[in-house]
Amino acid sequence: MTGPFLRRNPSVLWVLLALALFTVGVTVLSEGFGIGVLSTSFVKTLGKTLCLCLIAVAMDVVWGYCGILSLGHVAFFGIGGYAVGMWLMYARTEEIVVQSLAGAPLPPTPQEVVDGIGTQIFGVVGSSQFPWIWTFAGSLPLQLLMVLLVPGLLALVFGWLAFRSRVTGVYLSILTQAMTLALSLYLFQNDSGLRGNNGLSGLQNIPGLDAVPQSVISIGFLWASALALGLGYLLFAWVVSGKMGSVIRAIRDNEARVRFLGYPVEGYKLFVFTLTAIVAGIAGALYYPQAGIINPAEIAPIASIYLAVWVAIGGRGRLYGAVIGAATVTLLSSWFTGGGAPDIDLGFYRINWTDWWLVLLGLGFVAVTLFAPQGIGGLVDKLVRKP
Amino acid sequence: MTRALIVLLMAALMLGAATGEVRAQDLQSVLQTQADAVASPSRRSVDAVIAALDASDLPQVPEFLEHWRDKEVWQRKADGLFFYVTGAGPYILIDVDTGAEAGTAEKADLDNIKPNAGVRGVISTALVKFQLLDPDMAKRLAAVDSIARDPGPDLLEPLRQAIEEEPDPALKDRKVRLARLLAARFDPDPVARAEAIRSLSGDLSVDARAVLSQILATRTTVADVLPEGTNVVAVLKPGRDISVNDAYAQLADAGLAQPTVTTQALKDGLIAHIADGQVGGVPVADLNTDAARIRAYQALADQGVVPPFVPDEARRAAVEAHVFYTAYTETDPNLTAAAEEAQAALATRLAVNQGADLALDALSLASIYFLAAIGLAITFGVMGVINMAHGEFIMMGAYTGYVVQQFVPNYTVSILIALPLAFAVTFGAGVAMERLVIRHLYKRPLETLLATFGISIALQQLAKNIFGTQARPLTSPAWLDGALTFNDVVSISYIRIAIFVLALIFLGLILFILKRTRLGLEVRAVTQNPGMAASMGINPDRINMLTFGLGSGIAGIAGVAIGLYAKVTSEMGADYIVQSFMTVVVGGVGNVWGTLAGATMIGVLQKGIEVLNPSNTLAAQTYMILFIILFIQFRPKGIVALKGRAAGD
Repeated sequence: MTGPFLRRNPSVLWVLLALALFTVGVTVLSEGFGIGVLSTSFVKTLGKTLCLCLIAVAMDVVWGYCGILSLGHVAFFGIGGYAVGMWLMYARTEEIVVQSLAGAPLPPTPQEVVDGIGTQIFGVVGSSQFPWIWTFAGSLPLQLLMVLLVPGLLALVFGWLAFRSRVTGVYLSILTQAMTLALSLYLFQNDSGLRGNNGLSGLQNIPGLDAVPQSVISIGFLWASALALGLGYLLFAWVVSGKMGSVIRAIRDNEARVRFLGYPVEGYKLFVFTLTAIVAGIAGALYYPQAGIINPAEIAPIASIYLAVWVAIGGRGRLYGAVIGAATVTLLSSWFTGGGAPDIDLGFYRINWTDWWLVLLGLGFVAVTLFAPQGIGGLVDKLVRKP
Repeated sequence: MTRALIVLLMAALMLGAATGEVRAQDLQSVLQTQADAVASPSRRSVDAVIAALDASDLPQVPEFLEHWRDKEVWQRKADGLFFYVTGAGPYILIDVDTGAEAGTAEKADLDNIKPNAGVRGVISTALVKFQLLDPDMAKRLAAVDSIARDPGPDLLEPLRQAIEEEPDPALKDRKVRLARLLAARFDPDPVARAEAIRSLSGDLSVDARAVLSQILATRTTVADVLPEGTNVVAVLKPGRDISVNDAYAQLADAGLAQPTVTTQALKDGLIAHIADGQVGGVPVADLNTDAARIRAYQALADQGVVPPFVPDEARRAAVEAHVFYTAYTETDPNLTAAAEEAQAALATRLAVNQGADLALDALSLASIYFLAAIGLAITFGVMGVINMAHGEFIMMGAYTGYVVQQFVPNYTVSILIALPLAFAVTFGAGVAMERLVIRHLYKRPLETLLATFGISIALQQLAKNIFGTQARPLTSPAWLDGALTFNDVVSISYIRIAIFVLALIFLGLILFILKRTRLGLEVRAVTQNPGMAASMGINPDRINMLTFGLGSGIAGIAGVAIGLYAKVTSEMGADYIVQSFMTVVVGGVGNVWGTLAGATMIGVLQKGIEVLNPSNTLAAQTYMILFIILFIQFRPKGIVALKGRAAGD
């Protein structure tokens, strides 16, 4: 099995090798384990970038291979983040509450502890009761299960409804965008049970690991993200190769013909849509503990389009293209907006990149779409195939 | 003492002189007749002064009352005459009759008259009576306003007397209505009051509704037996209308029973009696369950150091032994019955009017959605181009309006200039975008989405760089201020009417262009079959360019309209883009009527959902979007679906 699979996907080995080298390299240069050249916040940025690469790969499968331009995967990403964030926040607040009640004259009853956590978490939205969605928040395994289940089920139901009534192309894009918007608006409400626009915060503090410095935790998450990206890459490389991969690509190129050949098109699409949604959820669950905070603004419809643009810039229809696109754009973004790029003095006007980066990025999208429809990955292909 | 005697003598003389010729009297002499009462008024003496002033019928009286109330009347110690005063240092005296200066005086020679709060209240009431009949319309209006703001039983009579002589019909109307409201609350005659209350059933105003609910105010209380003469709404049966626990809590609050031990009281009791790490024989460390705490507390209660628990049976018995009831605070049952009746009649009318108001709101929201989406109906609906920068064209239009207002200060003129200019600017931008970018992507619609998204974020950031992040005002002309008010419930602002009219004009204009002009014919030909249209001598490039320009230009005009209604920010376009696409898709792509239907449906739906949960517009939007997602499952082609070949695929 391994032989033909790897021969069909020569990029897999290269990507995994590069990923391993990158992770080890960052660890050696980090503050936590190595010589301290890279700051902890930069290690976190790199870890977050790996998570974004993972969701970009998922996006590439659903769009580049299956032709479904979903603008809803950011919603799944956010749900994953919320699911893990609920446990992080609950467990962390529980530690704080138990600590503060330890000095009380009477030992607290379990109900008093729960009430204390509720007041701590929901005081900001004027409540102290736990809504039903927090039922499993106290248990890490159940909440991790939610990371998989909630995006998966939502994608399954939504996809079943949409594919069944043959909503395709642009309409499906707008429909998924509407789903993202609806979720974001719902979460913005104070009575959504997820703290409205305050979101969940303090997620970088891992319960039970108070003594461990952030520099070490950040390396842990970097490894976890790299592992998830590596496994996700392998999984998707397997999905898009072989017979199933051919059918999926055929659906992208001519859906009607595949249906006439007797393939259950809806089933394939639903499988791809749901599987990528689950992976997006996992990516979110790894991303937000590194970001430290999640709020509904993260699930804006515009974020979904950014995701599509990364894939387009990297080159659709190649898994490594998605990785290249996501990494390039997010790292460039943080370099430009973080003040890394030097200002350009035109004499009459000074170009300050924190203000002008988005203009450059926007025009970059246009240029890539017009002049390099295959993206950066297309250039790589040319280089590789020429000799 | 002598001075007082002289004053009295003078007053007596003047009173004698005055009886013959009342009209010729001046205010000073009237005041002198009551000099002591004026100088140091009390609740008992003030009425006589006011009666005398009232009888004198002098035009200076209201002004004097105002000064009197505001502690601005001074008495000269030498002769007891009353003056107003201006200036500092040596005061300049002002004659109370003529308003002319009447010499100066040192502060030591004057007494400032300071009526107490109760007297000032009486003076104010008397003043209102005069003001209600003041020849100056503004004064009368102010008096009516002051009564409406601060109604009192004393004001009913003066108000009623002032109705007949009111020359202004509108103000007279207001006086009549106000008198009715006052009568409903304060008329001493119960029959007349009930009549006034009944007449409120036709009055939709907030005041009338407030008066009714005030009369119908209730309170829930508890007593051993139902007191005589209580105007009871309902007797509550514990266990059915009110839970036994709540009932008992009420009993305890009323002091009729011993309070139950609350969780907090239990905890406090335990903490207060910790001794040697134990409470009531239970070690403190074990008190981490409710059961253990109750056991410890019971032990303490048995020792008699804390109030005991009240057993369930005792509580039930206590509750049974009392009667719980809701009663009107108004004691006359006839009045509350009349008020109930009026309120019921009002409720129906209110519902109808609220429905009408809601319909207007929905219509106005729909016209805003329609305006935002109509340009998209052309570029996306007819041409099939996904223009994510459509929202930014709306923003560009709004900023054009803002810039024009910086140069043209007259708001009416500036709007008239801004509308065509916004069209020109966004038409140009649209044509440029079509030529430079979209033209190359007609075969790849999904990539148009990405390219135009790039343009969208670039334009947004450019606007931010030029105009800053704070919202810019786009001020509407003065004649668009205010609202068309039908009654206190139904009203719509003129700006929303203007937007509605603008939306109608655009609907007509676009239908006309598409169906009745050469350009429209060519547009339809090119969108249906570009190759065939080209072979008929139509230049598809030119048509595509013009169509896209037209759609963008309309977005610009919509931007001016939306800017008048909301604030102009660099993100305003992004707020409308998803809504606009949904409007077009729900309505049915490729059809202007469809967009109208889509906008109407979304507007009505959103307002309709808002009624169910008025405090939460976010929830309304969420549910509306969910509904749209479901709707598209069942009608993927939208409300107005194209049929046959034109539908394409």
